[in-house]
Amino acid sequence: MTLFYLFGAVAVITSLLVISQRNPIYSVLLLIASFGALSGLYVMLEAPFVAVIQIIVYAGAIMVLFLFVVMLLNAPHEETEQDERLHAFRRQGPLRFGAVLAIALAAELTWALTRGTGETGAFQGPAVSSVQEIGKALFTDYAFPFEVTSVLILVAMVGAVVLAKRDA
Amino acid sequence: MTITPMLVAQIILTLFVFFMLLNSAAVMVYVERKVAALLQQRVGPYRVGPKGLLQPLADVIKLMFKEELRPKAADWFLFGLAPIISAACAFAAFAVVPFGADTTFFGLLKEPLRLQVADVNVAVLVIFAIASMSVYGIVLAGWSSNSKYSLLGGLRSSAQMISYELSYGLALAAVLLVGNTLSLRGIVNAQAGTWFGFLPRWFVLLQPVGFLIYFTAGVAETNRAPFDFPEAEQELVAGYHTEYSSMSFAMFFLAEYINMVTVSAVATNLFLGGWHGPFLPESLGWIWFLIKVAALLFFYVWMRWTLPRYRYDQLMKFGWKVLLPIAVINLLVTAAAVLYFGA
Amino acid sequence: MPTLNDYLILSAILFAIGTAGVLIRRNIITILLSVEIMLNAVNLSFVAFGRALGTVDGQIIVFFVMTVAAAEAAVGLAIVIALFRHRESLNPATFTSLKW
Repeated sequence: MTLFYLFGAVAVITSLLVISQRNPIYSVLLLIASFGALSGLYVMLEAPFVAVIQIIVYAGAIMVLFLFVVMLLNAPHEETEQDERLHAFRRQGPLRFGAVLAIALAAELTWALTRGTGETGAFQGPAVSSVQEIGKALFTDYAFPFEVTSVLILVAMVGAVVLAKRDA
Repeated sequence: MTITPMLVAQIILTLFVFFMLLNSAAVMVYVERKVAALLQQRVGPYRVGPKGLLQPLADVIKLMFKEELRPKAADWFLFGLAPIISAACAFAAFAVVPFGADTTFFGLLKEPLRLQVADVNVAVLVIFAIASMSVYGIVLAGWSSNSKYSLLGGLRSSAQMISYELSYGLALAAVLLVGNTLSLRGIVNAQAGTWFGFLPRWFVLLQPVGFLIYFTAGVAETNRAPFDFPEAEQELVAGYHTEYSSMSFAMFFLAEYINMVTVSAVATNLFLGGWHGPFLPESLGWIWFLIKVAALLFFYVWMRWTLPRYRYDQLMKFGWKVLLPIAVINLLVTAAAVLYFGA
Repeated sequence: MPTLNDYLILSAILFAIGTAGVLIRRNIITILLSVEIMLNAVNLSFVAFGRALGTVDGQIIVFFVMTVAAAEAAVGLAIVIALFRHRESLNPATFTSLKW
């Protein structure tokens, strides 16, 4: 249980820091820390494959992509917008509305989930954690989404290259 | 938590592995310089200690006494964090590598101790994950030094690493098809025994192309010659570690050598049969492991001082247009063979 | 031992943080990062539910969500690069040419 609180606290705190940092590089690095904490939570949920895939794909590839873009665009030291310097609730118009909405969302979700449903036990039943089971289900029941995802990645690759090209 | 002999043995094992990795980096420094010298028909270090064997010690002392520079324009937190990430990931990757069979240390322990710091059953993926994380040390080093050479070197180096990770992963996937398990210990144990009494059941005989792909991608991942353009002295000053000095520089070098050792150790486990070998009982298998890893490390050093360096665009072209298709075809052929011949 | 509810509450908090990031921040890259936080929160609930139900479906859906997130991050960042070349700014408020 302490492990859960530890990982959960790291994930929440680093996520809060991600959205409040002015320097995007620090945001990216803090998000990587958050992904590490989530990976620990996946291991606690007896999903080691997802935990490792989270590190490989998210923390190891997607965040490298973000880091490259931030470094290439080289715009982290620009002046902070006036709006961003104020506390979230003192900003004008849509920004204040957005902050209030986010707090409302958090409050609603927490209320809904803590109302209690009568089941208060730990997870019953065995967990399926072997990679073999995942592979079997992936290639039989979920074969169609698998193939579609591969086409999706191909399209994304081509799209990214075309969009980011300089006009020759 | 009761202090059992097993727990003590496990802690001692962890510390031992850490210590041996540090030693291996020191030994590699000496081996590199001596072998380079012999290949270039000169003598190499011979003054410090008998036959120059204490040269690494002299190097370490020199590095420790150098002044720790910190450029003023550098982002000091990231500047200090980058070598830590590099070194930590290098050590962490070795945590799941087994280097011997279960042993009771000649009866001292009641139950056999696995010669592996952590026995996870997705060990192969963990190694891949930590290899992905080690890119960050280089990227942050390049960025936080706030100098043109470092940034270019860092970006080039990390682009190279993530490109070769693909072929690395595909070569691993082909081995997984043959070995049928993700646990490194399982893969090694699948290579025990011999065919026809003398040919060992090593996967390198079943997967020769896979071994070459894996080793090439491993060399590129560790930024060693002939793929070391981003850190070559003649090209970009020293690439991403231009601005580092003293112990931070030492950490980068430590990370590089330990990454080499890890790649060799994993290649030994995946392709060369790990600790299995003739003439020795199972419990002394780690001697065979050491011999095989040493052979691969020698090959690393040999390649560095024999082959010319790839230019950066040639390097990337090779990784994407040559190595990746070969790795994919290797995977397809392996899958077809596994299907045809049974498990 | 953490129950399913604990994981869901954590997931809800992370999702709310991600939403707050999208609504509050004025830097496109941070907005994209907040979207990633939201996707991760959803992944956590999927895995928690998969564990509670004892099936492997939760982990498979997470696999697909990660892949889609990767594709979306790639295309999104390519668009950000193209936009940056045009206007030299990462503030979404500067891209107002299509407004009435």
